[in-house]
Amino acid sequence: MSTSNTTYYIPHKATWPVLATAGLVTTLAGFANYLNGSSIGSTLMVAGLTIFIVMLAGWFTLQSTESESGMYNHGVGISYRMGMMWFIFSEIMFFAVFFGTLWYTRNLSVPWLGGAGSNAATHALLWPSFDAVWPTNGPGNVGGHFEPMGAFGLPLLNTLLLLTSGVTCTWAHHGLIAKNRKQLIQGLAATVGLGFLFVLCQAIEYHEAYTEMGLTLGSGIYGSTFFMLTGFHGFHVCVGAIILSVVLFRSWKGHFSPENHFAFEAAAWYWHFVDVVWLGLFIFVYLM
Amino acid sequence: MSAVIAEHGHDDHHDDHAHGPEKGWLRWIITTNHKDIGTLYLLFALAMFFVGGAMAMIIRAELFEPGMQFVNPQFFNSMTTMHALVMVFGAVMPAFVGLANWMIPMMIGAPDMALPRMNNMSFWMLVAGVLLLASTLFMEGGAPAGGWTLYPPLVLQTGKALPFAIFSVHLLGISSIMGAINIIATILNMRAPAMTLMKMPLFVWTWLITGFLLIAIMPVFAGAVTMLLTDKFFHTSFFDAAGGGDPVLYQHIFWFFGHPEVYVMILPTFGVASTIIPVFARKPLFGYSSMVYATASIAFLSFIVWAHHMFTVGLPISGELYFMYATMLIAIPTGVKVFNWTATMWKGAMTFETPMLFSIAFVVLFTLGGFTGLMMSVAPVDFQYHDTYFIVAHFHYTLVPASVFILMAAGYYWLPKWTGHMYNEKIGQLHFWLSAISVNVLFFPQHFLGLAGMPRRIPDYAIQFADWNMVSSIGGFIFGVSQLLFLWIVIDTIKGGTGEKVTDEVWEDAHKHGLEWTLPSPPPYHTFTTPPTVIPCDHD
Repeated sequence: MSTSNTTYYIPHKATWPVLATAGLVTTLAGFANYLNGSSIGSTLMVAGLTIFIVMLAGWFTLQSTESESGMYNHGVGISYRMGMMWFIFSEIMFFAVFFGTLWYTRNLSVPWLGGAGSNAATHALLWPSFDAVWPTNGPGNVGGHFEPMGAFGLPLLNTLLLLTSGVTCTWAHHGLIAKNRKQLIQGLAATVGLGFLFVLCQAIEYHEAYTEMGLTLGSGIYGSTFFMLTGFHGFHVCVGAIILSVVLFRSWKGHFSPENHFAFEAAAWYWHFVDVVWLGLFIFVYLM
Repeated sequence: MSAVIAEHGHDDHHDDHAHGPEKGWLRWIITTNHKDIGTLYLLFALAMFFVGGAMAMIIRAELFEPGMQFVNPQFFNSMTTMHALVMVFGAVMPAFVGLANWMIPMMIGAPDMALPRMNNMSFWMLVAGVLLLASTLFMEGGAPAGGWTLYPPLVLQTGKALPFAIFSVHLLGISSIMGAINIIATILNMRAPAMTLMKMPLFVWTWLITGFLLIAIMPVFAGAVTMLLTDKFFHTSFFDAAGGGDPVLYQHIFWFFGHPEVYVMILPTFGVASTIIPVFARKPLFGYSSMVYATASIAFLSFIVWAHHMFTVGLPISGELYFMYATMLIAIPTGVKVFNWTATMWKGAMTFETPMLFSIAFVVLFTLGGFTGLMMSVAPVDFQYHDTYFIVAHFHYTLVPASVFILMAAGYYWLPKWTGHMYNEKIGQLHFWLSAISVNVLFFPQHFLGLAGMPRRIPDYAIQFADWNMVSSIGGFIFGVSQLLFLWIVIDTIKGGTGEKVTDEVWEDAHKHGLEWTLPSPPPYHTFTTPPTVIPCDHD
C-alpha cells in the first residue's frame, strides 16, 4: 500500500472514447437519414448502435478491471463522484425543459389562445369557438378526439413500484455496507425487477392510450407534453435498470467492498434521480 | 500526492518521464494528455475560425454593393446561419476549452485533467458534431438558413439538413457537457494543496463558473431542438398554435440557453484578460476578489435576462419591464471588471508587447460593445434596433474585438511557453494594428446601418445603405486577410520562431503571476506529478 493511496491514476492510451464517438455519430447520421426517408438509414443505425454497445461493454469492463486491481485511489473516486453528480445535474436541466414547456403552455400560452391577457381580439377573430381548458389539443383539434390519461390505475401503481424500488435500492446499499451479501443481491435484484415491471406497465399504458383512448404523440400539446415527459422518463428508467443490472452482476462477482463501491453509488444516485423525476411527473402530468 | 502515469497503477512507477507521447499519428487519436488534447482543441478551433471566416467573407462580398452579385439568397442565408454556428460552436468555445485543457492543470499544479479518457471523448464528439453540421452544406435543400437560433416555424422548412443539424447540436452539447464536467472536477479536486480557491488565477475561476453555465444550459438547448425534431417528424405540436403550442415558447427556451451561452464565450475572455494585463502592467491584479464575485454575479444574472432578446415578440408589458431592468443590472458587475482592469494598468510600468496590445484593445472595444448592449436593454428603444445591423454590430463588438482578440492575446502570450520558441514580435504587432483598425472599419459602420433601418440577414438592401456597406466590406476583407498573419505566426513559432531560446518565465517576472511560468518552456509531457508547495499569488 505504499503509493496506491496517494497517487492519482492517469490512464495512458484511450481507444474506447474514439469508438464511442464513432458509434454515436454513426447512429445519429443513420437516424437522420432514416428520418429523411433514405434507405441506408436503418443499416447505419444498426451499425452505429452495435459499435456503441461493444464500446460500452469494453469500456466498462476496463473500468471494472482497473478498479478491481486497486488503481483508483480516493482522489480518483472523488473525481468520478463529481462527474456523476454534475451529469445528473445536466439531466435535471434536460427534464426541466419539458416540465417548463408543460408549465408555460398550461399557464400562459393556452390561456392566451383562449383570449387571456391582451389577446381577446385575437381569440375572437381567429378561433372564437376555442375553449382554453386543459387538457387540450389546441384550436385546430389536432389529432382528433382523445381521452386524457387518468392518475389512478396504472400510473399510481407505477408510482408505488418506483417508490418501492427506491427503498429496495437503499436496503441493498445497507446490505453492502454491512457486508451482507445476500441482502445486497436480493435488494438489487428486487430493484431491477421493479424497474422493468415499471417499464412493462408503462408499455401497457401507452398501448391503451394509442388503441383505446385516441391519445397519441400527435394529440396536440397535451399529447406532445404527455408522451415527451413520460417517454424520456421511461427511457431513463430503462437505462437505470440496465445500469443496475450491471451493478447486480458485479455484486454477484463480489466486486464491491463497504469502502469502495463507486459504481453502486452512481447507479443508486441515478435511480433515485429517476424516481424523483417520476414523482414530479405523477403530480404535474397525471394529477394536476 | 504524486501521479502515476502508467498503464498499471501499482506502486513504484515514480519515473514520470518514462511514458512520453505515443509515436506517430496515433498519438493524436488516443491521447489522454491534457496538453495534447489542448493542442487538438486549439488547432481545430483555428481551422474553424478560418472556415467561419471564409463564410463571413462571402457575406461581405455579397453585401459589398446593393443588388445580387455572387450567391443566391438561400445560400446567403445558409452562410449567415452556418457562419454563426461554426464560429460559436466550432471556433470560440473550443478555443477556450483548448486553453482550459492546456493551462488549468498547469495553473493549479495538477498532473492532468481529472477525467482524461472523457477529455479525449469530448474532443472527438466536437469533431463529430461539426462534421455532421458541415455535411449539411452539401445536402438537398442546402444547409440550415433560418439563422443560428433555429426558430420555428421557419427552421422547419429546412430540407434534408434539419435532422443532421439537430443531431449536430446534440453531439456538440454532449461534447461541451463532458468538457465542462471535466474542467469542474479538475478545478475542485486536483488543485495542489496550497492552491486555495481564492488563490486561483482568474482564468481558472472564470472557467469554473463557465463550466457550471455549460452544464446548466447545453441540456436546455438539446431539449429545445429535440422538440423541433418531434414537431417536424413525429406530429407533436410544441411550437404550433393550432395544436395548443406556441412558437414563442421555442424562443424562450432557446434564449434561456442562448444568453448564458454568450457568457460562456465572454467569461473565459475576462479570465485571460485578467491574467495578461497584470503581467504587462507589472502590478498585481486590482480587486481580485471583486473580480471573482463580479464573474459569479454575471453568471447568475445571465439566467434571468433571456427575454431581452425577445422584446418585440409580444411579451406582456410586465415581462418587458422586468427583463429590461434585470438586463441593466448586468452593467454593474461588468463595470466592476472594466474599472478593475483600468486600475490594474493605472501607474503600472507598462510595456506593449502583442498580448498586451490585444488586451488593451479588448478592454476599450468590449466596453463599446457593452454600451450598445445597454442601449438595447431599454425595451422601448429596442423596437428600433431589433433585427437590424445595430444588433449585428453590438454582438460582433463583444465577440470579435473581445473574445477573438483575447484568444489572439492568449496565443501570443502562451505560444512561447507551449513551444519554447519566441514569436516574431514585429509581425505580431503588425497583425494587431491591422486587426484593431480593420475590425472597427468593419463593424462600426454597421451601427449606422442598423440605426438607419437596415435589417440583418438579407442579401440585398436599399440604395441608401450602399456607402457604409462598402466601407464595412472593405474593413472585413482587410480583417480577414490580416488573420493569415496570425496563422503564419503560429506555424512559424512552432517551427522555431525567431530562434531565440525563451526562458521559463518568458515575460519579465511572470513567475510571480502564475505556476505555469515556473515550468520549463516548453513544459515536459507530464507536469506537476508532484504538486508544487509554493504558490505564486499576484493579489493580496
